[in-house]
Amino acid sequence: MAQVNVTIDGKVAHVEQGSTILQAAQSVDIKIPTLCYLNLHDTNMENKTASCRICVVEVEGRKNLAPACATPVMEGMVVKTNTLRVINARKKVLELMLSDHPKDCMACTKLGDCELLQMAERFGIRELEVGKDGAQSTYKKDIGVAIQRDMDKCIMCRRCETMCRQVQSVQALSGINRGFDAVVAPAFEVPLMETKCVQCGQCVAVCPTGALTEKEYTDEVVKALMNPHQTVIVQVAPAVRAALGEAFGMPAGMLVTGKMVAALKQIGFDYVFDTDFAADVTIMEEGHELLERLNKVAHGEKDVKLPILTSCCPAWVNFYETEYGEILDLPSTARSPQQMFGTIAKSYFAQKMNIEKKELVVVSVMPCIAKKYEAAREEFGEDVDLVLTTRELARLIKQCNIDFEKLEEADFDAPLGESTGAGVIFGTTGGVMEAALRTAYEKATGKILENVDFEAVRGFEGLRTATISLGETQLNVAVVHGLSHARKIMEEIKAGNPRNFHAIEVMACPGGCIGGAGQPYHHGDVSILKKRQAALYTEDQGKVLRKSHENPFVQEVYNQYFKEPLSQKAHELLHTHYHKKERL
Amino acid sequence: MPKMMSLEELQALREKVKASIDLREKGDQAEKMVIVRVAMATCGIAAGAREIMSYFLDEAQHRNLTNIMVTQSGCMGYCYAEPTVEVTKPGEEPIVYGYVTKERAQEIIEKYILGGELVEGIIPVSHQSLDE
Amino acid sequence: MSKYMMHILVCGGTGCLSSQSGEIVEGLKKAIEDIGMQNQVQVVKTGCFGFCEKGPIVKILPDNTFYVQVKPEDVEEIVSEHIVKGRKVERLLYENPESKTPISDSKHMNFYKKQMRVALRNCGFINPENIEEYIARDGYGALAKVLTLSQMEVIEEVKKSGLRGRGGGGFPTGLKWEFAYKNVADQKYVVCNADEGDPGAFMDRSILEGDPHSIVEAMAICGYAIGATKGLVYIRAEYPLAVKRLECAIAAAREYGLLGEHILGTAFSFDIEIRFGAGAFVCGEETALIHSMEGKRGEPTTKPPFPAASGYWAKPTNVNNVETFANIPVIFLKGAEWFSKIGTEKSKGTKVFALAGKINNVGLIEVPMGTTLREVIYDIGGGIKGGKQFKAVQTGGPSGGCLTEKDLDTPIDFDNLLAKGSMMGSGGMIVMDEDDCMPAVAKFYLEFTAEESCGKCTPCRVGTKRLLEILEKIVSGRGTPKDLDTLKELSEVIKDTALCGLGQTASNPVLSTLKVFEEEYIAHVRDHKCPAKQCSALLQYRITEKCVGCTACSRVCPVGAISGTVKKQHTIDISKCIKCGACESKCRFNAIVKE
Repeated sequence: MAQVNVTIDGKVAHVEQGSTILQAAQSVDIKIPTLCYLNLHDTNMENKTASCRICVVEVEGRKNLAPACATPVMEGMVVKTNTLRVINARKKVLELMLSDHPKDCMACTKLGDCELLQMAERFGIRELEVGKDGAQSTYKKDIGVAIQRDMDKCIMCRRCETMCRQVQSVQALSGINRGFDAVVAPAFEVPLMETKCVQCGQCVAVCPTGALTEKEYTDEVVKALMNPHQTVIVQVAPAVRAALGEAFGMPAGMLVTGKMVAALKQIGFDYVFDTDFAADVTIMEEGHELLERLNKVAHGEKDVKLPILTSCCPAWVNFYETEYGEILDLPSTARSPQQMFGTIAKSYFAQKMNIEKKELVVVSVMPCIAKKYEAAREEFGEDVDLVLTTRELARLIKQCNIDFEKLEEADFDAPLGESTGAGVIFGTTGGVMEAALRTAYEKATGKILENVDFEAVRGFEGLRTATISLGETQLNVAVVHGLSHARKIMEEIKAGNPRNFHAIEVMACPGGCIGGAGQPYHHGDVSILKKRQAALYTEDQGKVLRKSHENPFVQEVYNQYFKEPLSQKAHELLHTHYHKKERL
Repeated sequence: MPKMMSLEELQALREKVKASIDLREKGDQAEKMVIVRVAMATCGIAAGAREIMSYFLDEAQHRNLTNIMVTQSGCMGYCYAEPTVEVTKPGEEPIVYGYVTKERAQEIIEKYILGGELVEGIIPVSHQSLDE
Repeated sequence: MSKYMMHILVCGGTGCLSSQSGEIVEGLKKAIEDIGMQNQVQVVKTGCFGFCEKGPIVKILPDNTFYVQVKPEDVEEIVSEHIVKGRKVERLLYENPESKTPISDSKHMNFYKKQMRVALRNCGFINPENIEEYIARDGYGALAKVLTLSQMEVIEEVKKSGLRGRGGGGFPTGLKWEFAYKNVADQKYVVCNADEGDPGAFMDRSILEGDPHSIVEAMAICGYAIGATKGLVYIRAEYPLAVKRLECAIAAAREYGLLGEHILGTAFSFDIEIRFGAGAFVCGEETALIHSMEGKRGEPTTKPPFPAASGYWAKPTNVNNVETFANIPVIFLKGAEWFSKIGTEKSKGTKVFALAGKINNVGLIEVPMGTTLREVIYDIGGGIKGGKQFKAVQTGGPSGGCLTEKDLDTPIDFDNLLAKGSMMGSGGMIVMDEDDCMPAVAKFYLEFTAEESCGKCTPCRVGTKRLLEILEKIVSGRGTPKDLDTLKELSEVIKDTALCGLGQTASNPVLSTLKVFEEEYIAHVRDHKCPAKQCSALLQYRITEKCVGCTACSRVCPVGAISGTVKKQHTIDISKCIKCGACESKCRFNAIVKE
């Protein structure tokens, strides 16, 4: 690739042709402010709408100012990023944006994470001269069970739209209306719940303001905790422990499992359990389902289909039901770990501890927004009562006056707190597949698996494939994350599965649950996701037990309650069915 | 209409249809035309002006005289001398001929319009037209 | 074949059709059949004559009789008098506004005298639904010629002609074609931008209605030049007649072998499809137009990449506006040299303008570049309506600016208008007189741009709204001198930072009126007066000494603001007055004034 030289604020940058002014400036350590621009490297998310106009710069020989994020450099270009003209223009543009933005920042969910507010701070906006008493664009609030939209706070950066269309290929959001009333919304402004939105919440993860947030349930949790008649138990998903520390200023990728458990106990949960335990159960069911299907297909059973698709990601399940409603027999019928935990807690555990089912409250802490939606699905009844995101848990810890960093580490409670390394890696893309392979190998071959690290399915590529030997059987597996990759592989399956995949793991969010929309905001820094991913593999490595079927408490549950994987009772409580959804 | 398959066919079609708007082209370029104005009021028509007009049109086409524009006017007031024809050459004063028959029309074309010599039977014009 | 000695041309443009020109055509045909002259007299429905002020227009050829404001009931008289007896119907002739005498020959009308019709050459002259009439006017002759040249020769000819884009930007057309030509791709596109949206401008519609084949031919020429086999016309769905005529032209061209596979037996294939726009102003911007054609939201994206590199479905795409295309066939028929002799040094050829506002001859005109505003407004446009004082003329529509008396002798071309703080735009020309309040005019344009903004970038979405709010404040009497500073500063920032042409030029009407009529703005914000007496919030009623004390006003005042005794001068209590104007219209002595 040809290189060009550009001069930015007197510094010479030597960059590839086709680079933007923004990239060239970064290469010489000049930080041009950006707001709408967002580049999540290694995913196909690049929001380059050039709509906010905060990054404008002066380019010699050009009449008007140029958006640095979308203007390609040319040989000999001379750029100035901090002239009076530029600073004034930026300030005025920001003022315009603020003039049409609610001013009740203190009551906003995004407070502390708001990029618009950070920009106001950076520019030292002190008085809004323009549009002081001007009109405010207002829209109907849209509050779903998982996502809430307050478009009065929208600044039309379009990150959510790019995420929804480009990365997730869901296309539930688009720009509507014109002029001052322009906003990003579902078609015809119907509530998001009534659209083909899959509730993945990635729009929330990239929204720079409080326009898109999760529906919060912390108050309900506090109320339950204060009720003396209720036993409140909590389960924590694997990816939470790899990210929660960030909310307390700890470096990304720091594992805070012990502190997290201690904090939950201090908050007052009666039992602190681990979703990893349920993940191990999931592997028991899903792994056996895979083996059973392989076996049946090998014996020529025509109505049994392959590949088997994982079913632990609720956004993926929604996507599947909306887009591929005519082939509902492909995904595994196993419920997600969250729901397996809920059902085991409300049946096996409640019976064992002799707690009235209606007096048992199951709270989950998830890296995910779609889990709120999943818990509310009709077929799951009240197995899981309340779902908090990692961010909500962080706030709850702060509200309870806990000095997180100084906490003494604590252990999960028995029996539903015991887990293996296989359950831990459920939190990253590739983890479910790897966990399943560890168990399937031993069950299929009857041999001990010495090296449990299936490196071939690890990584951050949108689609990864591998062929794994299970004794005589060659198993073709695929791992995808990001729903646009899922769509691609599904179209391939629909077209006859030419690569003959037997099993496919799908996670809706880029990176899997570590990149879930309920995690502390990454603000565009993808390296954070990779550090969280590494943390989970570290935790896996440190575990004594790394295969789900070796979990003694899982064995106990089967012995005492379900008898064996895919038993009738297991089917009743641990499996589900899917519905075709027809949505706009 | 079958598809035209060559540039020549387009050229041929153009030649064929050109006449259809010839009248308009001439009107557009009136200042460069020899204008033959046939008086077509009741008196003129009764005296055979329509045939005279057709004759001029036919002759112009027949002789391929592209600079002649044949048009009509109301009664010029010389009802005694109908059919009357006013001929205006570019940049010249109009000349009115009376008692125009086909023979005299032929004479007007050959001698006056083409040859430039005056033909007998001129009616002296005693007024100016308003719209000049 | 019939031997016609007379042609009756009836305007079939949208304006005249809406005032019953369709009925006139039918009436004429029937009346002529009734007297058995259908083989001698041909009735033709044409495109727009441009003289819309006086429509419907009926023109009789070859004697160039020009009848104006013809009604269906006039048909009988036209036929019995003019056609049968050769006597012109005087009362229908256009009257010279100065001498008040009727003009029988359109060649003598001032409206047409100074015009030069290149883009509009066939409008009002041929039947747009008859391809043979177009061919008779050398139609498709340019295409035939082009097919014998190399692609680069074609582009060079366009470059040599000096033709610049007529849609607003004025970018050299030949250069644009060259960019598209040089970008190598398996598929390229030619797009005709017929999304005319400037308020009051309708030249593109008229060309499509009056001479659709010129666009078909020009697009094919462009396709040949850049190496495209597909053409698309993006046209507003609100132009049904233009759409119909264009569809008819495309079908006829296909039938005659002038579109489709192997045009005129050569290796060149080209075809055209029509795409409908929903009338969003911003879709006139080429990137927004392309997105709209792709079924996406019609909003612009940053250039580069330019459409010539990555346009429709990311393929090299050349977008030209209708009027630009209409010039192309003439350039090849008469030569680039001929074309480049018309106009000024850097603006070649002619320009079509839509005259509107306080001018006598509202309509569509075409003049050589370099014609002065004075010639256009006074000679062609017939001056200001009602003998009022000329105040300003807005060129370039909502993106342009106001020019005043001192600019009247400026030769109109792209660069002169820009230098004067306005722009050519698509050719709207709105004339204003002494009764027009300039802050109110600026507000009118901002209402338009704020409404038409796509809302994508901040300066345009929020900025135009804020500009509008300040202007509303000023015309309603709540403005302060500080507002003028904010107005200016904000206008400059919007110009500097907006994403596309719409936003970058949205503040032009404000900046230009502020520059030229600053006093008028100051009067509004400092003295709370409207010098043009248009802003009702700033006007006060007063009873002068002419008052005879008849009490009529006090009896009609709905709020009891007028007091006084019989036969004595009355007074108005300003604090009560609601400025309804009832007193003023009631007063028989002109004693009540508004100031």
